[in-house]
Amino acid sequence: MATKIFMEALSPTMEEGRLVKWLKNEGDAVKSGDVLAEVETDKAVMELVARGDGVLRKRLVNEGESRPVGQLVGVIAAKDENIDALVAEAGGTGTASGGDAAKAPEKVVAQTQETAGTSSVPRTPQQSQGESSTPPQEKSPGAQPLPSAAPAAVGTGGNGGRAKSSPLARRIASERGLDISSLQGSGPGGRIIKRDIEAAATTGATGAAPPRSDRGARAGREQPFEDIPLTQIRKTIARRLAESIGPIPTFYLTAELDLTRVVEMRAAMLELGDEFKVSINDVLLKAVATALQQHPEVNAHWLGDRIRVHNRVHLGMAVATDDGLIVPVIFDADQKRMSEISAEARQLARLARERKLKPEQYTGSTFSVSNLGMMQIAQFTAIINPPEVGILAIGAAEDVPVLKDGELQSRKRVHVTMSCDHRAVDGAVGARFLQTLRRLVENPLMLVY
Amino acid sequence: MAVITYRDALNQALREEMQRDDRVFLMGEEVAVYQGAYKVSKGLLQEFGEMRVVDTPITELGFAGVGVGAAMVGLRPVIEFMTWNFGVLALDQVLNSAAKMLYMSGGQYPMPLVFRGPNGAALQLSGQHSQSFESWLAHMPGVKVVTPGTPHDAKGLLKSAIRDDNPVLFLEGEMLYNTKGEVPEEEYVIPIGKADLKREGDHCSIVTNGKMALVAMQAADQLAKQDIRVDVVDLRTVRPMDIDAIKTSVAKTNRAVVLEEGWELAGIGAQVVDYIQRECFDDLDAPVVRVHQADVPMPYAKNLERLAKPDAAKTIAAVKKVMYIE
Repeated sequence: MATKIFMEALSPTMEEGRLVKWLKNEGDAVKSGDVLAEVETDKAVMELVARGDGVLRKRLVNEGESRPVGQLVGVIAAKDENIDALVAEAGGTGTASGGDAAKAPEKVVAQTQETAGTSSVPRTPQQSQGESSTPPQEKSPGAQPLPSAAPAAVGTGGNGGRAKSSPLARRIASERGLDISSLQGSGPGGRIIKRDIEAAATTGATGAAPPRSDRGARAGREQPFEDIPLTQIRKTIARRLAESIGPIPTFYLTAELDLTRVVEMRAAMLELGDEFKVSINDVLLKAVATALQQHPEVNAHWLGDRIRVHNRVHLGMAVATDDGLIVPVIFDADQKRMSEISAEARQLARLARERKLKPEQYTGSTFSVSNLGMMQIAQFTAIINPPEVGILAIGAAEDVPVLKDGELQSRKRVHVTMSCDHRAVDGAVGARFLQTLRRLVENPLMLVY
Repeated sequence: MAVITYRDALNQALREEMQRDDRVFLMGEEVAVYQGAYKVSKGLLQEFGEMRVVDTPITELGFAGVGVGAAMVGLRPVIEFMTWNFGVLALDQVLNSAAKMLYMSGGQYPMPLVFRGPNGAALQLSGQHSQSFESWLAHMPGVKVVTPGTPHDAKGLLKSAIRDDNPVLFLEGEMLYNTKGEVPEEEYVIPIGKADLKREGDHCSIVTNGKMALVAMQAADQLAKQDIRVDVVDLRTVRPMDIDAIKTSVAKTNRAVVLEEGWELAGIGAQVVDYIQRECFDDLDAPVVRVHQADVPMPYAKNLERLAKPDAAKTIAAVKKVMYIE
């Protein structure tokens, strides 16, 4: 039985991929899971792996050529199996470069996506407002192509990305705190119906939102997040402010943080040896992560009809690359020591510049930080990365004259500006977060407490 | 309980009400000497005499109007149409006089009047004589529309209809007259506007009325052999409709098939589906499916007539569809 090799969707937003390099030759034996080729997506260079055993009989794309997601790019089959029909079919569906993506027989989401990360952060376009313009990624476990004209009959595919579900299924899911968008529907056209909810509830196979809990006694980290239904006042605030300014009504809070003690701490640590070297940015990342843990209301996602407050802190850090901005994620940043954050931040920045980041390394952040201090920018405002509700812009650490007890002193200080999504975060809430951040940064020993 | 025919159940109801109240009288074509085209009025002429069991000429509009006038001056007429297919000739008296008299006279003239007769298709009576009128009639404010499907319901509801101070349009069925069922020996009445849960099951609701209640029961029997258990909600009255009964059943089963004898567009089923979507939206696990007559005049040819009529097989297919089976 031959296995078709398709151009797979190797990133959430990928529509076509460029085959950079074949790693197997025609005639090579391959096993399921073997890396067949390197494929450049819109974000990174990824591995295309075999989905079946046999011999790589045919490569249908030359290195350097692009193919839309879902297009046949090769065939794995038994050594003497007749694959003429498959190859002819590929000819029919257009081996020409840049064939019509709409005619692609199938869209396959790479395995890496389904298992991506440990984060519970939504990945499907309909969940993530930031990706609302991307087409839905349809996934199908089998390799059998769907008829090209048929709407995808699975899960959240089809129908413009809306997960179809019966009213009863939605009601039960809501009562049980189940995230319906994570389910596959078994009804007509992939409709999620009662039995799908019940199956999910029995197996616990779904991304279960925890039952509402008292915010004061917030459950532990085993509950990745908590959904807070919108109150009327929250809805009104969201509507009115969005009318006033863009779809994300943003406001900005700027604070000047004194780095005197951070500088002292860095110096003291450096005296202990090079292995204890941390940058000011590392200290600030650690401080932000710690402050987020204490202010979950800004460590949140705006999901349109509710606010998802995350109990785990996955800190996005904006990295400039030659191709543009990308935001890799330090997962569970609040749980990591400063040395771990420091090493991970460096590693992620390197991978980003080399375009080696995997999708699970740049999706799932709960809050982001952008630092242009190294470019001598004194202060700036950053654009929120939806559905997050805040981002912190860090400027350059500068020596400034400060009046202290009537005397002029030189102090190292940094301006930080927090952009807040006013639909979710009010001014005072953002300000309290910055108060905590100030306390931590100006007393960095608290970060080791 | 005695097992009697639908025909005899109606006959008993007429006799008992005529005995109970001497203002009640029966009028229509062939009701007296001939004992009724379908023998519903058998023996009544002999018992009550020609002042209370009155043969009329073939003038539906005329004797319907006589009935309206009689009701206005305090009698309680029961007007028989040989079939509701002929009753359409009297529609002006039904629609413009009976249905509106109380309202337009400012409450001066109550209208304790029953129009009754067989409704819907029998066998091979072709397009003009095989029509279901419940949705036409139920469309009018000012009347009640009753469609009993069993002898028990026929007797209890006809007695209520005769005692009602409003015009009641009572729809029987030629194919029902010979059906048998248990009917209590003692006197009873069934309130108008109250549905009956004819069978209980938790997988799907079949909401129906009139003759189709029998079809629904046949379908339910066959479905039970496949371990599919359905609620059969027999509305019995289509105006006013028992919305609570529909709600209760659909809330339990989360699925509904609406089965009716007549045509699809603006049919009784359309109204039932509207109630379901309004009252049971959050209970639905599947879209509601309707079963009805094909959208054609009833064919005379036997094979085509069978294809045009709603039946148990179509009902079973609809149930399976809303249960996502096959």
